[in-house]
Amino acid sequence: MSAYKSPDSVGLVEPQTLHVTAPLALACGRELHDYDLVYETYGELNAQRSNAVLICHALSGNHHAAGYHSEEDKKPGWWEECIGPGKPIDTNRFFVVSMNNIGGCHGSTGPSSINPDSGKPWGPDFPLLRARDWVNCQALLADTLHIACWAAVVGGSLGGMQAMRWSLEYPERLKHCIVIAAAMKLSAQNIAFNEIARQAIQADPDFAEGNYLQQGTLPAKGLALARMVGHITYLSDDAMAAKFGRDLSSGSLEQGNDDEIEFQVERYLRYQGGRFSTTFDANTYILMTRALDYFDLAREYNNDPVEAFSHAQCNFLVFSFSSDWRFSPDRSREIVDALIAAGRPVTYANIDADEGHDAFLMPIPRYIDVFRAYMSRVGDS
Amino acid sequence: MRLDLAHIQRWITPGSRVLDLGCGDGEFLELLRRERQVVGTGLEIDEQNITSAVGRGLNIVQQNMDEGLGNFPDGSFDTVVMALALQAVHFPDRILDEMLRIGAEGIVTFPNFGHWSCRLHLLSRGRMPVSRFMPYNWYDTPNIHFCTVRDFECLCEEKGIQILAREMVGNTQRKPLLARFWPNLFSVTAVYHISR
Repeated sequence: MSAYKSPDSVGLVEPQTLHVTAPLALACGRELHDYDLVYETYGELNAQRSNAVLICHALSGNHHAAGYHSEEDKKPGWWEECIGPGKPIDTNRFFVVSMNNIGGCHGSTGPSSINPDSGKPWGPDFPLLRARDWVNCQALLADTLHIACWAAVVGGSLGGMQAMRWSLEYPERLKHCIVIAAAMKLSAQNIAFNEIARQAIQADPDFAEGNYLQQGTLPAKGLALARMVGHITYLSDDAMAAKFGRDLSSGSLEQGNDDEIEFQVERYLRYQGGRFSTTFDANTYILMTRALDYFDLAREYNNDPVEAFSHAQCNFLVFSFSSDWRFSPDRSREIVDALIAAGRPVTYANIDADEGHDAFLMPIPRYIDVFRAYMSRVGDS
Repeated sequence: MRLDLAHIQRWITPGSRVLDLGCGDGEFLELLRRERQVVGTGLEIDEQNITSAVGRGLNIVQQNMDEGLGNFPDGSFDTVVMALALQAVHFPDRILDEMLRIGAEGIVTFPNFGHWSCRLHLLSRGRMPVSRFMPYNWYDTPNIHFCTVRDFECLCEEKGIQILAREMVGNTQRKPLLARFWPNLFSVTAVYHISR
């Protein structure tokens, strides 16, 4: 049977586009006008318009969170494990909305779009973005869909940061905030990894200071390298050992054999990097990593997370994963502790998992069980 | 329902904030929410218990209380409950202090090691008691700090902890007359309502 026909998949889905002419004031002080927001929806909005769930995507994600784009499509949306009939975010109960953030490269206006003022691709001139800009766009989409209050705003990693920002920027517009493998701000180590990724892209001669589209080149090597570095940080040492070990994909380490040697892990990273470099935009990658670096939930609340969360009104669910070192359980504990101190209702589970940061995308039984149990409460309330 | 939990319920002010240390599958917090309309939070470390308690729609934090409760501010709850967990924590005395720092009042229940059957078991067989109620062998048990009713009251006195009320639960559902008059000998489970 074709994958799209699976009873626990939302099946065939079609992206929609919201064109916005009204100017959007960005956190950086600049304005964006005449821009597109691409999104998908799954499930049905109920008569009370109270069952809507917003999915916020992470660094390299997009609006295509679940289902398939065509009958031939082999690869479902990025969160197929968690969104669908009978899944934790059950599309039999919830109306799920997933939007490609501006600055992205999958349909919503971003650096590879045409700047209406110049008639040329934005490229490196696209305004710097913050998580709050995306939250404001998501709120605009909610207005358009006549969703006054989300049953839940859900996000992993950078998506979790947006979900938290929602709870502070629009406290009356969400009932539950679900924050998965996230942090209130990045550590120096995290920023360092992002900077290596940016440097890899910018050092590629084909990057052309970000004007590669006009020049007709693509910084594929730089982008692939950036993805390889990122990918390593999303996996754990144990996960890599289990998946690749020291296995060779070609050649031999035996004496007297000088065939070219390639480790499985090298092959895998090259494949992942190569694939990513053909589907993702380099300027978007730079933009997204910068937004990650700049995020600091409590900055405008006297740098006090407790004061920040005292502005929230919703319930919180926080997940972390034991082997995640990019957004470690300690970072999630900081979120939980601030919520407790702010007197906000919070549920927290640290899931034992070997998969590192990527675990939030995986069907880990305990994760799925707790997620499903919590979403059932979201649906009941 | 467990008898110790039935007693605790009466001491909970309707609509109050309750922290349940070692909340298990959340049965008790759910009862308090239904019967006393409390705003509850549960602490638990057992994975299956956490899933069950979340399924009841409760706020559950995965946290090991042996690693401290410093993340809970002073006076952030009205009542802090710890049911049948005192004997399983590393530092029962420190947990009691923490309970009364976080909450205005505390409620503690524990199995009474001074019960006559424990004494008889130890006296006659010379071995650590194993019973339906305490089913573990000494070398493989979560219960590492057994105490008696008298031990507990001595600790409270040393620490200046006030005992607001106590209930002694006997072997049966009948009125525990023996446990009332000779609690250290006849109560199976001791239930204490404490404050500073």
